[in-house]
Amino acid sequence: MSEQAHATTGTYLRVAAILVMITLIEVGIFYVPTFQTVLVPVLLFLSAVKFTLVVMFYMHLKFDNRFFAFLFGGPLLLGVVVVVSLLFIFYGALRLRTGS
Amino acid sequence: MTPAHTQEAHRTSMGLDSRKMAFWAFIGSECLLFGSLISTYLVYKGRSLTGPFPHEILNIPFTSFSTFDLLMSSLAMVLALAAVQRGDMKQGKLWLLVTALLGLVFLGGQFWEFSHFVHEGLGLTTNLFGSTFYVLTGTHGAHVTVGVIWLLTLWVQALRGKLGPANAMTVEITGLYWHFVDVVWIVIFTVVYLIQ
Repeated sequence: MSEQAHATTGTYLRVAAILVMITLIEVGIFYVPTFQTVLVPVLLFLSAVKFTLVVMFYMHLKFDNRFFAFLFGGPLLLGVVVVVSLLFIFYGALRLRTGS
Repeated sequence: MTPAHTQEAHRTSMGLDSRKMAFWAFIGSECLLFGSLISTYLVYKGRSLTGPFPHEILNIPFTSFSTFDLLMSSLAMVLALAAVQRGDMKQGKLWLLVTALLGLVFLGGQFWEFSHFVHEGLGLTTNLFGSTFYVLTGTHGAHVTVGVIWLLTLWVQALRGKLGPANAMTVEITGLYWHFVDVVWIVIFTVVYLIQ
């Protein structure tokens, strides 16, 4: 796909409106006690949606050459794997030490 | 060289702009930098032996405003790029300045937040929360500072008539950096502020 085909101003404004709405939802559910049990997965999901929207539309990965997506997606995936692995290693070691 | 020749000089064998390709690789490396800082924060989360603790000190309404500010700066940045690409330099200059000013508002907010935390007794070496929080958000703030300086430099170039559609790629690369700073904050806002 061409490097130059980008979204329109209307699309940028719609994406901004969605980003603001998601942020309001995030802050809203933070204060609602009912959501406390599902707070973490819901917030992580909403954060991932915002992240994807900015990367796809504002950074133009949706319209650009797929090689750029590879250059960004590869290290991003590696970064996520590192974060998750460190959490498993740390909390796994902690469980072994405390015997719980 | 004419602009067309300049563009051609930056083409790789894949037909892609080499500057843009290099910058995406740089952003990829930044993912690993922030990944390591975020994992350090998470690994030490809840391990502080003394206060202040996150739930006692973090101000969600204030940080929500900072998040809104940074999201709007990303919108201003894409509008600046679109204007420069179509040769509307009046709009281009305006949106570049708006982006930089919104970045300055974010930095002002972070400065106020850090000052308030220090006043409340949370220093860099007070506890594990203080150390990991300041290093993570401070590194992000340093990136925002670089971005604001970069944007103001572009704005001055535009004022002097040295920025136009021929070098829109320069604005696009600045935009990539600015939006990356925004997506990092999206993650920090959730992981540090909302998931306590």
